[in-house]
Amino acid sequence: MNKTQLPESTGNGFLNNPQNRAIIYQVIALLFVIFLAYYFTNNMFENVEKRGITTGFSFLDDVAGFGISQTLVEYSDATSSYYDVFVIGLLNTLLVSVIGVVFASVLGLLIGVGRLSANYLISRLSLVYIETFRNIPILLQILFWYNVVLASLPSPRQSFSYFDSFFLNNRGLLTPEPIFESGSGFIFTAVILSIVGVFFLARWAKKRHDLSGEEFPIFKVSVAILVLSPVLVYFVTGQPIGAEYPELKGFNFKGGITIIPELLALIFALSIYTATYIAEAVRAGIEAVPPGQKEAAKSLGLKDHVILRKVVLPQALRVIIPPVINQYLNLVKNSSLATAIGYPELVTLFSGTTLNQVGQAIEIILMTMAVYLTISIVISLVLNWVNAKMAIKGR
Amino acid sequence: MATYTIKEAKPAPSGSKGAIYWLRKNLFPDIKNSLLTLLGLYFLYATIPPLLNWMIFEATWSGTQAEIVKEGARWIFIIEKFDQFIYGFYPEALHWRPNLVLLITIAFLASFKAVSNIKIKIVFMLLYPVICFVLISGGWFGLETVETEKWGGLMLTLVVAAVGIIASFPIGIVLALGRQSDMPIVKTLCVGFIEFIRGVPLITILFMASVVLPLFFSDGIDFDKLLRALIGITLFQAAYIAEVVRGGLQAIPKGQYEAAKSLGLGYWQGMILIILPQALKISIPNLVGSFISLFKDTTLVLIIGLFDILAMVTLTNSDTNWLGYEIEGYVFVTLIYWVICFTMSQYSKAIERKFNTEH
Repeated sequence: MNKTQLPESTGNGFLNNPQNRAIIYQVIALLFVIFLAYYFTNNMFENVEKRGITTGFSFLDDVAGFGISQTLVEYSDATSSYYDVFVIGLLNTLLVSVIGVVFASVLGLLIGVGRLSANYLISRLSLVYIETFRNIPILLQILFWYNVVLASLPSPRQSFSYFDSFFLNNRGLLTPEPIFESGSGFIFTAVILSIVGVFFLARWAKKRHDLSGEEFPIFKVSVAILVLSPVLVYFVTGQPIGAEYPELKGFNFKGGITIIPELLALIFALSIYTATYIAEAVRAGIEAVPPGQKEAAKSLGLKDHVILRKVVLPQALRVIIPPVINQYLNLVKNSSLATAIGYPELVTLFSGTTLNQVGQAIEIILMTMAVYLTISIVISLVLNWVNAKMAIKGR
Repeated sequence: MATYTIKEAKPAPSGSKGAIYWLRKNLFPDIKNSLLTLLGLYFLYATIPPLLNWMIFEATWSGTQAEIVKEGARWIFIIEKFDQFIYGFYPEALHWRPNLVLLITIAFLASFKAVSNIKIKIVFMLLYPVICFVLISGGWFGLETVETEKWGGLMLTLVVAAVGIIASFPIGIVLALGRQSDMPIVKTLCVGFIEFIRGVPLITILFMASVVLPLFFSDGIDFDKLLRALIGITLFQAAYIAEVVRGGLQAIPKGQYEAAKSLGLGYWQGMILIILPQALKISIPNLVGSFISLFKDTTLVLIIGLFDILAMVTLTNSDTNWLGYEIEGYVFVTLIYWVICFTMSQYSKAIERKFNTEH
C-alpha cells in the first residue's frame, strides 16, 4: 500500500513550531513593556529633578495645616501630618461607602420587589424609578442634590425641625448625640450576650427540628431577647445613656451631631443611583427561579413563607449576590466623585488638597490608587468566597 | 340517531373581562394591594401636577429677564445660553463645522447598513475619524484652527465619548484576546492591566493622565489637556470593553475554534474570520451597555477642568447677569443625558430580543 508522504515543512522549521513562536512573541511583548517602563521612569526622574520636586514618602510626616470639615478621628490644623489627612480621607471614604451600601441595598430591594409586584401601578412606578435614575450620570445627581436641593434649604434660624431633636437646614442635618455615662458598658455587654444567646438558641432549635420535626418560634423569641434584654439592663442600671440635643444659639446650632450637606448629597445620590442596579439584580434573580420550583414546593404542602425562605430565596440569592457585590464596589469607586462637591474623602483630601500643597503627584496618586485597589481586591475575594459557598453542591 | 344542536356560546362570566375586571385584578386584588395602589396614586398626585406646572404651564419661554413673573422654570436662560451649552466657546462663525460632523456621523452610520462591500466599509472607517478631526480642529485645507480650550458643551461631551468608544475598541479586543491566550506572559500582562484599571475609580485615572502622564515623556512631547483626558478615558474604557469581549469569546463553543483550526486557518485568520464576528455579535448588548456607562462617565472630565455640558451649568451661572439659574441648567442637562442614554438602552434591549432565539 502506498503511504502518502506528508510534505516536508518548507520554511524555517524552528519558526514554524507554534511553541517556539509563542516564546518569541512573549519575549517581544515583555521587552516592549520593559522598554516602555524604562523609558517612562527615566523621563520621570529627569522631569522630577528638572522641576525640583522632592521624591519619596517623607512628606507624610510634614504638618498638613489645613482645616477639614468632617473628621472621624482627632485632627488639628496645627499638628496633624499628611499621614493623618490620608487616614481621615480613607475613613471618610469608608464611612460614606458603608452608609451608601446600606441605603442602596434597602432601597434596591424594595424597588426590585416592587418591580415584580402583581400591582400594576407599583410595578410601573418601580420601572419609572429605575429607568429615570439609571440614565442620569451619577456626578450630575450629586451636583443636583448639593447645588440645588440642599442649597435651597433654609438658614439655621428657619430650619425644619422634627420632634425638636432633628433639624434640617443649609448647614446640614443635626441629630441628638448619645452620651455614654458610666454603666453603659453593661448595656453593650447585654447586647453582645443576647446576640450570642440567640445564635446558640437558633442552633439548638434547628437541631431539634431536624431530629423531632417540632417547630420552635425562633424568630419571635430572638427578637424578644434582642430587644428586651438591653432595654431591661438600661432601666436596671439607671438609664446611663443620655442624649445631647442640638440647640439654636445665636446664628447656629450647638451640640448634637452635624451631618454636613456634602455627606447628605453624596449619600442621597449614591444610594439612589446604585439602588437602580441592585433593583434590577433582585428582579433578575427572583425571575431566574423557575416557576415549577414554587409549584413543586406548594404541592408538597409548604406554607408561603417557608417556600420563600427555603425554596425561592436560596436559588434567587445565588443569582442576586454576585452582581450586587459588584455594585457595592462601584459605589465605593463612585464615592470618589465627592471631590466635585468637596466632601473630605480620600480623593478630595489626598489627590486634591495634599497634591496641590506638596506637588508629589506620582506618590500621592499611587497611594490613592493602592487604597482603591486594595478595597476592590478585598471585595472580589469576598465575592469569590460567596460564590464558592453558594455554588450548587454535589455536581 | 340522536341529533345534536349546537348551543349558543355563552358570554364570559360577568366580571372576568373589561376595564373594571382589569382594575380589580391589577390594582385592587386585596386590602394590602389596594392600600399600595392608593399610596401610589397619592404619590403621582403629589408629584406630577407640580412638576408639569413648573416645567410647562408656569414656565417662562421667551422675553427678557425683567419680564419673569411666573413661578415656573425660566427656560429663557437655556434659550439665551443655548449656544454655550452646545458648542462651548467654539467661535460662532464656525458652528457649521461641528454641525457638519454630526451630519457626516449620521451618514456614516446609515452607510454602514447600505454598503455591503467590506473594503469600502474599512475605507469609510479609516476616513471617518480623520475627516471629523480635521473639520472640528481645523488647521488643514484653509480651515481656521480652533484650539481645544475652546471646545466645550455637548460637542465636547460627544467628542470625548466618541473618541473613547472608537479608540478603546481595538485595544479592548486585543486585551481580551491576550487574556484568553495560552501564552503565560502575555496573559499576565493583560490580566494585570485589566484588573488594575477596573480596580480604581475613573477619577484617579483622569488625575493620573492629567498630572502624572506629562512626567512620563521627555520635554519635547507636549499633550494638551483634552488629549490627556482622552488617553485616560480610552485606557479606562479599553479594560471594560476587554471584559465584555471576553464574555463573548467564552460563549463561543469550542467546536468553532477547532473548526477554524481544521480549516487550516492560523490564529489571526481564525480569530478574524470565524471567532470574533460571532463573539462580537453576541456581545453587542453588553457593548452598548458599556458605551452608556462611558457616556455617563464623560461628565467626570469637568473635575480635571474641561468644560463639558455639565460644567457649562456652573459656568453659565457665573455670568453676573444670570445668577441662580442652576436648577434650569441641571434639568436641561439631565434631559439631554437621559434621552441619549435611554435611547441607547432601548436599542440594546431590542438587539437582545432579536438575538434571543431560545424560548
